[in-house]
Amino acid sequence: MMIAIMRRAIAVTINGKRHSNEVEPRLLLIHYLRDVLGLTGPHIGCETSICGACTVLVNGKAIKSCTMFAVQANGADVLTIEGLASDGNLHPIQNAFWEEHGAQCGYCTPGMIMASKQLLDRNASPTEEEIRHGLEGNLCRCTGYQHIVNAVKSAAAKMGA
Amino acid sequence: MASVITEQEKLIGKGIKRKEDPRLITGTATYVDDMQLPGMHHACIVRSPYAAANIKSIDIKAALETPGVVAVYTGAAVKDVGPVPCGASLPGLRVPHHHILAQDRVYFVGHPVAVVVATDRYIARDGADLVEVDYDVLPAVADPEKALADGAPAVHPQWPDNVAFNFHQENGEVEKVFAEAEVVVKQRITSQRLIPSSMETRAVLAEYRSGEKALTIYSSSQIPHLLRTLVAGMLGVPEHKLRVVVPEVGGGFGSKLNVYAEEALMGWIAMKTGKPVKWIESRRENFLTTIHGRGHVDYYEIAAKKDGTITGIRLKLIQDLGAYHQLLTPAIPTLSVLMMPGLYRCQTICADIVGVFTNCVPTDAYRGAGRPEATHGIERMVDMLAAELKMDAAELRLKNFIQPGEFPFASATGLTYDSGDYAKPLKKALDIVNYMGLREQQRKARAEGRWMGIGMSTYGEICAFGPSPATPAGGWESASVRIEPSGKITVHTGVSPHGQGEETTFSQIVADELGVDFNDVVVLHGDTAIVQYGIGTFGSRGTAVGGTALYFALQELKAKIKRFGAMLLDTDSVVYEEGRCACRKTGNSVSLAEIAGASYRAMKLPPGTEPGMMATYFWEPPNFTFPFGAHIVVTEVDKETGVVTIQRYVAVDDCGKILNPLIVAGQVHGGVAQGIGQSLYEHGIYDDNGQLLTGEFMDYAIPKITMMPWIESEHTETPSPVNPLGVKGVGEAGTIGCSPAVVNSVVDALSPLGVRHLDMPLSPEKIWKVLQGGQA
Ligand code: FES
Ligand code: FES
Repeated sequence: MMIAIMRRAIAVTINGKRHSNEVEPRLLLIHYLRDVLGLTGPHIGCETSICGACTVLVNGKAIKSCTMFAVQANGADVLTIEGLASDGNLHPIQNAFWEEHGAQCGYCTPGMIMASKQLLDRNASPTEEEIRHGLEGNLCRCTGYQHIVNAVKSAAAKMGA
Repeated sequence: MASVITEQEKLIGKGIKRKEDPRLITGTATYVDDMQLPGMHHACIVRSPYAAANIKSIDIKAALETPGVVAVYTGAAVKDVGPVPCGASLPGLRVPHHHILAQDRVYFVGHPVAVVVATDRYIARDGADLVEVDYDVLPAVADPEKALADGAPAVHPQWPDNVAFNFHQENGEVEKVFAEAEVVVKQRITSQRLIPSSMETRAVLAEYRSGEKALTIYSSSQIPHLLRTLVAGMLGVPEHKLRVVVPEVGGGFGSKLNVYAEEALMGWIAMKTGKPVKWIESRRENFLTTIHGRGHVDYYEIAAKKDGTITGIRLKLIQDLGAYHQLLTPAIPTLSVLMMPGLYRCQTICADIVGVFTNCVPTDAYRGAGRPEATHGIERMVDMLAAELKMDAAELRLKNFIQPGEFPFASATGLTYDSGDYAKPLKKALDIVNYMGLREQQRKARAEGRWMGIGMSTYGEICAFGPSPATPAGGWESASVRIEPSGKITVHTGVSPHGQGEETTFSQIVADELGVDFNDVVVLHGDTAIVQYGIGTFGSRGTAVGGTALYFALQELKAKIKRFGAMLLDTDSVVYEEGRCACRKTGNSVSLAEIAGASYRAMKLPPGTEPGMMATYFWEPPNFTFPFGAHIVVTEVDKETGVVTIQRYVAVDDCGKILNPLIVAGQVHGGVAQGIGQSLYEHGIYDDNGQLLTGEFMDYAIPKITMMPWIESEHTETPSPVNPLGVKGVGEAGTIGCSPAVVNSVVDALSPLGVRHLDMPLSPEKIWKVLQGGQA
């Protein structure tokens, strides 16, 4: 009863580098990133688009990459946590998560940071309420979120300065 | 850039940013699912959709024919693998044989029935979908009180009463105290089933090297060494041929303080197939098959004098165990009994536990493990007593506290509380919120028709598990410190941190003790091939027990450093300070790196001294530690919707000496978040057929960032005399202190309606119903 699954050719720019692969149509973007390309920064916490651990930026927008097929990312520009630091310098959001102890087990962290990036791209100086609203799609079981709020505030201050 | 830390600065007590973080914030940490081994297969487990059923047949043909499926195994293949172990022992405990795959019957929804091994994770799932299991469905029971009723379905047919054990403990003249009590308050209180929900689910990767007959299991665990001992036993692999590696772990909260069927199963498959095999638990499996927490129905009675003096506490505790005993399942409620008098002087207690089998996933240790339930019980009862006596809740607590001069204090349950000043955090919290002012505000709010509540809890904990005689597998901890020939320092710790930040706090300890640069220290853990035997991370023990082992290892090492220093300086009187040994007389000195180098070159050795610079210490704690604190919560209940809003959350925790305030704050916040989850949102619900209704994050509400209030976290610092660091532990404090404070606050808010108790979670629906009834 098994039908041979047709593979599709895709080309995706990830962290500034172009990747061409043949993938099954059902392959989720998160599995493409992690298993095919070895970009294991984005994590899987639910596979049902609730936890946000898999968040990456697709054409500048925060996307839960377990919600999207790799074939849907054909031609897209994807930024993962691995591509955030440049020339060995941490992005100010990464630095702020470090300074403010925004990570404990670290599992939610890459997704949190990418969602924070979208938040700050859209709103350079968010209020606490706006930060909470902007990160509502990302679950963290360790931190109680308070240090994450602090980290985003501090990153906003540094990036605005 | 990390701030450069000079040798002279003392680091203990400072909010140093964590060493762990650079890899976590760049996505370069390695969790189990991040690993790929050559030729690796993927496993997917077929699980029972029924809570109780006989397995009539299993058809694996279609699955096996799927291209890419390598093997399918059912219970018959693994029937000789040893059972999933229970480490707890209680007199008369009934222990069902817990096979790693179901044999002829399933006992809970999610029970593993078969496993499909394939070349790809998608194909493994395809294969699992094609395994046909024919079940004969049996009646199930999912509620522990119903399971105790006459005629209830038997979870295990050989034990028709569903009772796994009874446990009794008492102290003092219980009957007399209750007969003579001026007031007795009674209440049934539940602590609902909770789902730990670490963001990383369980994950196992196993690899077998047939040439060396060596098995390696990578697992997301809190207890690498215990896992190795126990899985080696299950598989019949010599312990020294099994290596357990715990890479980065995405949270545990007690749920990974366990040995699971899948850990042994993957080891077995790796040996059977000769290929590495990986199993990553799906979120749904995590909810169905990783242990749950709590699951109490408690019947409390508290006896007191009219002046508020508590004279007796009586508890009947019904523990929902689930279908099997996982590692510590039956032991958890006994911790509730130990903690039942809380911070109060009362010496008369009586507790009866009945441990009940249900057709549900087992309960076991979840953040706080037995102590949140106990604290919730006593702190609710004290509030109800205050209401009954028309006394202020704070005043009643202050009246009954054990006093600072009474330590070490022998508790009614046989513990020796180490140190404490219980009034201190309560008074501090009352000051912070301006308690009198708040009560005034509350009067005004009520006059305006708003339901505002003020609630508190004053909690105690048993932490730093623990003296070995009181723990099933040893309660000591180990550390080794090696100064390399270059002077760099490698620490091996037996604890297994997974978010608690001990790579940082332990480096702080080393930096201060040896006067070295924080950045010259590396802390390694979680690999049984490189770290000496250790117990692991749970029960707020990492720093209090593991850190203390490190401290003592460092003292031994310092003695050796001085012997080498004296030899090199040709003197008999040296001091060791700020990373150098100096001769008291001449002032000449040598650096630690010079000393370490000399110890390895060993051209000359001090008398009776071995070459090299390493010390290992196994520390046996003489007692538990007993952190404490006070939480005050201000709430408002929306009259229309029943929604509870936390307007203020003040936590004053005393976890002994604080090594790193940033990390301690993080632990408090995270603990409180899980407490708020229990208080307001979370409930693992099984229906009468044993189906888990809350099987995904859609249905099981862990707090989101928008659901958390700002936590005002403060401390008092009462050092523990149990260890030289003076630390007590903080991992569970937030969770333990939280739930009674929240519920007391909401009950206080609704007390004008005659509400005297509410069971968690305080969902809008539940409160709304109360409001309808109350206003009717
Ligand atoms: S894994 Fe994608 S949202 Fe949870
Ligand atoms: S840091 Fe562990 S889940 Fe967020």
